[in-house]
Amino acid sequence: MCLGIPGRIVDIADAGRLLMIVEISGVRRAVNVACILDDQPIERLLGSWTLVHAGFAMSRIDDDEAQATLALLQELGETQATLDAMHESERALGERP
Amino acid sequence: MTLITLAHGGGGKAMRDLIRDVFVSRFKPESMEDQARLSAPGMLAPGARIAFTTDAYVVSPLEFPGGDIGRLAVFGTVNDLAVGGAEPLWLSAAFILEEGFPIERLRRIADSMAAAALEAGVRIVTGDTKVVERGKGDGVFISTSGVGLIPPGCDLAAAHVRVGDAVLINGTLGDHGATIMATRAELALDTAIQSDSRPLHRLMQAVLAAAPGVHAARDATRGGLATVLNEIAEASGTAIQIDEEKLPLRPEVRGLTEILGLDPLYLANEGLLALFVPAAEADAALAALRADPAGADAAIIGHVVDGPAGRVVLRTAFGGLRRLELLVGEQLPRIC
Amino acid sequence: MRYVTEFRDPQAVRGVLAAIERVLGEIGARAEDPVRIMEICGGHTHTIFRYGLDRLVPETLEFIHGPGCPVCVLPMERVDIAVAIAERPGVVFTTFGDAMRVPGTRKSLLQAKTEGADVRMVYSPLDAVEIARRNPDREVVFFALGFETTTPATALSILQAEAEGLRNFSVFCNHITVPPAIKALLASAEIDLDGFIGPGHVSMVIGTRPYEFIADEHGKPVVVAGFEPLDLLQSMWMVLLQIRDGRAEVENQYQRVAPRDGNPAALAVCARVYEPRPSFQWRGLGEIEASGIRIREAFATFDAERRFGIESSPHAGSTREPTGSRCDEVLVGRIKPPQCPLFGKGCTPETPQGALMVSSEGACAAYHSYSVPRQGQAA
Repeated sequence: MCLGIPGRIVDIADAGRLLMIVEISGVRRAVNVACILDDQPIERLLGSWTLVHAGFAMSRIDDDEAQATLALLQELGETQATLDAMHESERALGERP
Repeated sequence: MTLITLAHGGGGKAMRDLIRDVFVSRFKPESMEDQARLSAPGMLAPGARIAFTTDAYVVSPLEFPGGDIGRLAVFGTVNDLAVGGAEPLWLSAAFILEEGFPIERLRRIADSMAAAALEAGVRIVTGDTKVVERGKGDGVFISTSGVGLIPPGCDLAAAHVRVGDAVLINGTLGDHGATIMATRAELALDTAIQSDSRPLHRLMQAVLAAAPGVHAARDATRGGLATVLNEIAEASGTAIQIDEEKLPLRPEVRGLTEILGLDPLYLANEGLLALFVPAAEADAALAALRADPAGADAAIIGHVVDGPAGRVVLRTAFGGLRRLELLVGEQLPRIC
Repeated sequence: MRYVTEFRDPQAVRGVLAAIERVLGEIGARAEDPVRIMEICGGHTHTIFRYGLDRLVPETLEFIHGPGCPVCVLPMERVDIAVAIAERPGVVFTTFGDAMRVPGTRKSLLQAKTEGADVRMVYSPLDAVEIARRNPDREVVFFALGFETTTPATALSILQAEAEGLRNFSVFCNHITVPPAIKALLASAEIDLDGFIGPGHVSMVIGTRPYEFIADEHGKPVVVAGFEPLDLLQSMWMVLLQIRDGRAEVENQYQRVAPRDGNPAALAVCARVYEPRPSFQWRGLGEIEASGIRIREAFATFDAERRFGIESSPHAGSTREPTGSRCDEVLVGRIKPPQCPLFGKGCTPETPQGALMVSSEGACAAYHSYSVPRQGQAA
């Protein structure tokens, strides 16, 4: 069972039942935050990003880790773009009479 | 009397009063004969043809953001005429009412149909009313048939579609299907998504004026855009390839499909025109679409290509390819 | 969409694909003898096909689609029990959408619904609890299935129902666990796999340690992956690097969501509510030891099996696949779906015969619906 989607916690729906409102691209849904509460007051979760699965917030998304992963991926992408550009210009050079 | 009873379908006074109060007052037919008698300029011109279509509307819930069953019933049939190049003229409307249905709701639906007919420039000229026992209906079912006029020389058909044709659509995918999905109480999703229910014939006429060589047109309804593409590919014996990057999608529809694991290509639309246009006229067609508010998000989304007959393929954002098959059964939200 | 769109960036994809190609070259892989990597989780299978990743990677890398589709591996007998419960008068049977289509011996839940059973699709077990709250005179049953990703959700829903004193809510528990299935897979002979992509959301709950036996005892690399195309491609690349360097470790590509130790709160709740079953049937794989969980005695009133007096022998259950089918071979990656004689002939998404055609995450269904053959291959 894998379908999970990142969403931002934007409001409290029912503190007694540990329900908060998550927003995903303009769509809102109440989700249960028991798994990510960590003994904090529920308000502390407002504004955090979480992975939502079957109506439950299952993990707080670690932005530092996300950025680190993206940085690596972007670097690979940029390296490749540079290589592509080099190949392009080599090819263009080769085509000149 | 506030609720529909079996007497309202009985053919007697109750039925006559209902028809007068709810339908005749709003649709204003020219006569109360058993049939409408109609004529339109140009209908006898050599080469002119009548377009005739029928459809039934069973949507639940009856009312939803952006529309209701009445609005769908008018625009849906108007659009079926429009995609044949016809000027929509006249509609019939048959109602199957469930015993116990509130008459006030029926009046609201009839209001909506009258407004839709006015907006589309068509007249509802004849109809029928039946009542079924409680539990044997879903409030109300509506069936509309429509008649339109295709001018001489206009012949849109799937069979005309050729390799090299551009595929264009006028707007965002899946708005109607997403709206209906979001109204399901058990999914408890809160969103501002609205149905895209709207008439498409003026848009169609604008495109035909700018790009008279259009080969075929369809309005994508149940089964979504993917279904239309499959139908056209199969009927014309061609293959179609569309680009995922070019597909316009509202953020909320994207969000909803991500949450539920749905594919917007298979979600229903009620105001989506798919056009198959010779490459040379594609830009003109696109400009004509974009000049109209109903075409604000119009895009060229792909082409008819060389390939096995009937195959529809999607090119993903990074050049991967996947098939777009015909939907099997209903699209259900995934858990995986 | 934040944390989603960035992981679909086309330029980065090109970069990772190039990196994958380089490492494949360094490994010396050939198209006749490709590197074979299994993705265990159905969600990963879905991503691969949805984005056409199988067409994007060189032919020297082959994806083997694993058995990680809890809907697909549900035994027919369990579906039959679900249908039987749904058909009882007064019952509201709630289920995830894709479980509705799984065929039982007689019918699916969808067919039962057509015939009048009150079967309702829900997005969350909490929605089932809400239905129970609103309908005190109806018996509401939730069809719980899924891997460890979903077990906390079901457990928390049971605790919620208990806290509210609901007396009309129960769960038909079919949750299964991933590590025993992988053990069974690796124990079966003739598995020719070079590495694994681990299930990112299961790991979100159980952490990455449970896969260490794959590396330590079987010498295969494992990379736990997220679900966007870049996550999968990066994870493939990381597996290839391990192969190139002769390493066999458990690495975690999905650190932004899946911590190494998983989610303690979720694990605690599961330990409270569930206990392991001695074994559980997996369609296509047979009986796997300690791979299923059931609801503890303390929560007996919320266990549909006890409530409805269901006797389910662990040895019963139809894992009889149709004659001529080769589901088990596809499941372990020994053959590809088109090599099964029933594929596309009698066994299609519309008329699924075997487990892998049942849900869109199943290897056969994904292949049938999405796959575009390379030039020169049969359609």
